[in-house]
Amino acid sequence: MDKVQDNRAWFLIIPVFLIVAFSAVLPLMTVVNYSVQEIFGPGQTFFVGTEWFESVLADDRLHDALVRQIIYSLAVLAIEIPFGILIALGMPGGRSARTSLTLVLLALPLLIPFNVVGTIWQIFGRGDIGLLGATFRAIGIDYNYTNNSAHAWMTVLVMDVWHWTSLVALLCYAGLQSIPPAFYQAAKIDGASKWAVFRYIQLPKMRGVLIIAVLLRFMDSFMIYTEPFVLTGGGPGNSTTFLSQYLTQMAVGQFDIGRAAAFSIIYFLIVLLFSFVFYTIITKTGEGEKK
Amino acid sequence: MATIQFDNLGHSYHPHPSKPDDYALRRLSQEWEDGKAYALLGPSGCGKSTLLNIISGLLVPSEGRVLFDGLDVTRCTPEERNIAQVFQFPVIYDTMTVYENLAFPLRNRKVPAADVDRRVRQVAEALDLTADLKKRAQRLTPDAKQKISMGRGLVRSDVAAILFDEPLTVIDPHTKWILRRKLRQIHEEYRLTMIYVTHDQVEALTFADKVAVMYEGAMVQLGTPQELFENPQHTFVGYFIGSPGINLMPCTLGSDHALVEGIAIPLPERGVGGAVPTVGGRFELGIRPEFVELTRTGTSGAIPVQVVGVDDLGTSKLATLRMGNHTLKARLSEDQEIPALDAAIRFPTRWTKLYRDSHLVN
Repeated sequence: MDKVQDNRAWFLIIPVFLIVAFSAVLPLMTVVNYSVQEIFGPGQTFFVGTEWFESVLADDRLHDALVRQIIYSLAVLAIEIPFGILIALGMPGGRSARTSLTLVLLALPLLIPFNVVGTIWQIFGRGDIGLLGATFRAIGIDYNYTNNSAHAWMTVLVMDVWHWTSLVALLCYAGLQSIPPAFYQAAKIDGASKWAVFRYIQLPKMRGVLIIAVLLRFMDSFMIYTEPFVLTGGGPGNSTTFLSQYLTQMAVGQFDIGRAAAFSIIYFLIVLLFSFVFYTIITKTGEGEKK
Repeated sequence: MATIQFDNLGHSYHPHPSKPDDYALRRLSQEWEDGKAYALLGPSGCGKSTLLNIISGLLVPSEGRVLFDGLDVTRCTPEERNIAQVFQFPVIYDTMTVYENLAFPLRNRKVPAADVDRRVRQVAEALDLTADLKKRAQRLTPDAKQKISMGRGLVRSDVAAILFDEPLTVIDPHTKWILRRKLRQIHEEYRLTMIYVTHDQVEALTFADKVAVMYEGAMVQLGTPQELFENPQHTFVGYFIGSPGINLMPCTLGSDHALVEGIAIPLPERGVGGAVPTVGGRFELGIRPEFVELTRTGTSGAIPVQVVGVDDLGTSKLATLRMGNHTLKARLSEDQEIPALDAAIRFPTRWTKLYRDSHLVN
């Protein structure tokens, strides 16, 4: 068949082009535009060059938020990934009612809107009427997430684990299900221990889904906003103020648009950098031993 | 090394099997000798993989027992039975090198490092994997991966038996041939009990000392390749072994002969003698194309036939003949002349087999 040359074909990509332009490219460029201007009001803008970037990078509060954020995200990964793998390993296989029930139960937390999760835990942790808070109080622990920063911190972390470990578990479960039964049979015949089966069959076969799980959980937790906002409002003090919370305070609270735009771009680059590093590490550990 | 016995062994995937069709493997009692190479041959779904998994211990049979050297191992795990098995598709440990893959079964059994090294190198040598030992297994071709799978089976010197579940499916034809010969050599050298599942008759016949032919869950014959060829116990064996398969014609019985469309064909002595009822059951007469004697009309006992076609196969000729409503094949030597008009055939009584409800009457 001859190829037909017709430049009108370009018109066919117009819808996609427009959608991407309006949904991604234009907003991003707007932010870039704001980040180099001082804005007093409509029509009153002045070009300030890299001034905003310099002030953001020198901001101590931002450094604190960034450190807090990195610790938080690493903690999320350190808990949710092993925990998710464990749950996936313990899940029943095959097509039984038990399997379906487990899948539905696991999927439930994922279906709850973020701010509802925050509200649930806010009530759950209250010392007067919340089950968790009241229980702690009953056994003599002075638990109070509204004025003890360690408690607030733990609560935000546990809430995230409660909300998102399912995702990791479901991804790992999908990875485990794709392993042909012959691998387990061969391992049995080779006399492999449970640990060896995990280390040499299950873990390598889950690598693909684990990359996805780590990246998703890292990016999401790095951008966490709604749940701590509902639960603690970033407090007590600044103890649970993460990057996006600080950014929102800057952009919406103080209406410091230029500064917030510069912050956004730096934020974006940080997420990109971390994701790239994680991706490289995981893909490389798979191949590194080859040579 | 072990002698393998099946004692009233049967398996059904149904919880309450009632009719014969419910069985994936029908009742079976047999003894397989130590140090021999066996092949399980049959089409897909005939129960050969079920039997193999029962032998290896991956499946517990619903009925009967499996004995290794007289010991009941029916409920033992593959590890307890000390079995090695090679699967249809290569199973390798991706993150390990070829060496580590081969050493894995030994290391799991706490074999001393020096012995591991010696065995691994020996097996790698036998399978031409020496050059790849340091490479990561994941990077190799499917051929090499399957060789690793086989190597992991062969590396253990003390196994009761090595089971192969259609191991050469993914291998290209040329390598297939080499690998099969390799296995054969290894078998002859170490006298391991080997059980080889396949649906390819050439593979089974060239590999095994004894071939078990399976059909619809039943083992219809266990015998040497020669026995299967010369004395098929079941019409399926006649049809499945040999190319083309056996000629079969429905018949009725006379006193010392079979009647095919009114034509009398003499039967071997033992085939009659009153023991065989002449009615009841469905009778068929079978003769391999290799044993059909082509001659001219007028020869004593010859039945006139019409030559429909002749295919020259290079080393032999294959004639298609019509006798009444039946089409027969006859394999003839290259130099044999084929009469165009007055062709006739004879059925040597030694090779003429009578089947009743598909089973050989003797």
